Amino acid sequence: MSTYAIRRLLGLIPTLFFASLIVFVTVRLIPGDVIDMMLSENDISAQQLSREQLLATLGLDKPMWEQYLHWITGIVSRGDLGHSLWAGDSVWDQLAQRLPVSFELGLIALVFALVLAVPIGVYSAIRQDTAGDYITRSFSILLLAVPSFWVGTMVMVFPSIWWGWSPPVEFVRFADDPLQNLKNMLLPAAVLGMGLSAVTMRMTRTMTLEVLRQDYIRTAWAKGLDERRVVWRHALRNALIPVITLVGLQAPLLVGGAVIIEQIFVIPGMGLLLIDAVSQRDYPVITGVFLVVGVAVMLINLAVDLSYGLLDPRVRQG
Amino acid sequence: MTLQTSPSATLAAPRRRVFPGARLAHRVWRLTTRMFREKPLGAAGGVLFLVFLFCGVFADVLAPHDYNEINPIERLKSPSWAFPFGTDNLGRDVLSRCLYGAQLSVIISLSAATLATLVSLVIGVVSGYLGGRIDMLVQRFVDAWMSFPDLVILIVVVSVMGPSMTTVILTLGLLLGIGGSRIVRSAVVSVRENMYVHAAQSIGASTPRILWKHIVPNVLPPVIVLFTTRIGAVILAESGLAFLGLGVPPPAPTWGGMLTGTGRQFMFQGPWLALAPGLCLTLVVYATNVFGDALRDLLDPRMRGSR
Repeated sequence: MSTYAIRRLLGLIPTLFFASLIVFVTVRLIPGDVIDMMLSENDISAQQLSREQLLATLGLDKPMWEQYLHWITGIVSRGDLGHSLWAGDSVWDQLAQRLPVSFELGLIALVFALVLAVPIGVYSAIRQDTAGDYITRSFSILLLAVPSFWVGTMVMVFPSIWWGWSPPVEFVRFADDPLQNLKNMLLPAAVLGMGLSAVTMRMTRTMTLEVLRQDYIRTAWAKGLDERRVVWRHALRNALIPVITLVGLQAPLLVGGAVIIEQIFVIPGMGLLLIDAVSQRDYPVITGVFLVVGVAVMLINLAVDLSYGLLDPRVRQG
Repeated sequence: MTLQTSPSATLAAPRRRVFPGARLAHRVWRLTTRMFREKPLGAAGGVLFLVFLFCGVFADVLAPHDYNEINPIERLKSPSWAFPFGTDNLGRDVLSRCLYGAQLSVIISLSAATLATLVSLVIGVVSGYLGGRIDMLVQRFVDAWMSFPDLVILIVVVSVMGPSMTTVILTLGLLLGIGGSRIVRSAVVSVRENMYVHAAQSIGASTPRILWKHIVPNVLPPVIVLFTTRIGAVILAESGLAFLGLGVPPPAPTWGGMLTGTGRQFMFQGPWLALAPGLCLTLVVYATNVFGDALRDLLDPRMRGSR
């Protein structure tokens, strides 16, 4: 197990290196005329700066490799992601405020998705090819096709037309009022978890079907166990292991979806920070969010891989 | 060169003169009939997708009004015979806007999905066939790339390059192309070990020739499936981007854009504004998904249930 963990950790290094390159090069694609545009349009972030100062703040006055070295050593040695052009405070401080909010949203969405998807997926598998199976399967394909921002929009519009009720959009911090915070987060999280629950439903069904065909399940039936025992005790445990991995691999889906959901429900998380930074052309903040999101997804995948080893004895020994 | 062991070569057997493309047409016809017989839902999805293509291509003919024809007297009219989907806050016909939106979606989805598939094919074939250190490096890069949520990369790139149709197409094509290269690569890795590839290598065929004549034709089924599923993915991603105000800039009537911007505050008076574009999106994405799934089951049974 420990060699597996070490190998996995070492494998992360080149990936992290490439990720930092992707972030750096993408944001550095800024064409020169954007600088002129920022100046001529009296851009909020460029107002108090001259052209040279702006170039220096964005670090565009040095050769590319030097910029990269400077940037990456700053992050690795001091955790310095630069300063916001607009607010002036450090990007890291802004992120530290926003990260927990997005994390909470994602976590509730994940719980919602699993609670909805696993029982339905199992039901669909043990009643394979019945009407119930067809209905739940069509439902899951439909869920995959519905854009979350459309559902979010309808959730905002229709209850207010029909019942004069609309979801609260003022944000309550968890530390201030945990109950109110959870109440406000529930609906956005449910909309965010929709797509994930559709994917999970399909995976749970496939995996349960696979496991149900195995010999030890036949043995369990032959012993005279009832259906509940066979399915929940014997089949589900093995079926869920790959599901957990696959759910972990869907982490980008949640993080990306959060950007849109936070925008609709005005939740001050990473997504809203990114959108605001984009509209203000606050490049240090954009770079910071971009990098942190990528690294967060990588760490989630790592955690999933390692937990897979803990859950499944075959991986531990293999 | 008499050593013809490639399946694509052995299938070409009968020495009858057939006009070029006839065999392909025959195959497509057989696939279509099988689809209708074995996968009715997938076939329905395919038909719906064709309707979408038709609406997009002939939007100029089908649309009763121009997408940007402002008509202050007809503001926020609910659906009627004159305006089947109602009108928006500027009195523009929502049906016409949805049709022109389909046109934009067709252009963007087909070109971005084509680009994505080509990128996947090139990266997947090279990385999978060459293997070794190059494969390792390329795969670590793909790992890193896939750690970033699609939408976040899109937002960053578009914010840097400025929103336009070209940016959206190029970014989406590259983005989904790099992600999809995994599927092509795994197909190439299994094809690479076939006897006919070893035979071609041992008679000294050049690498480009082996790739083009033996590898590419044999990984085409998953590539075709990849292309179909990419269309739905592109439409969803593009509309999400437009919803955030980073897609093709207004007044272009993108479906995602119609759900956002200034029209948003008028949805409480005109809920049809929220319904029409969302329904279009859901229907088209649903159609491509079920069609893609059915195609995958028919063409490439190995990939069944992988999504």
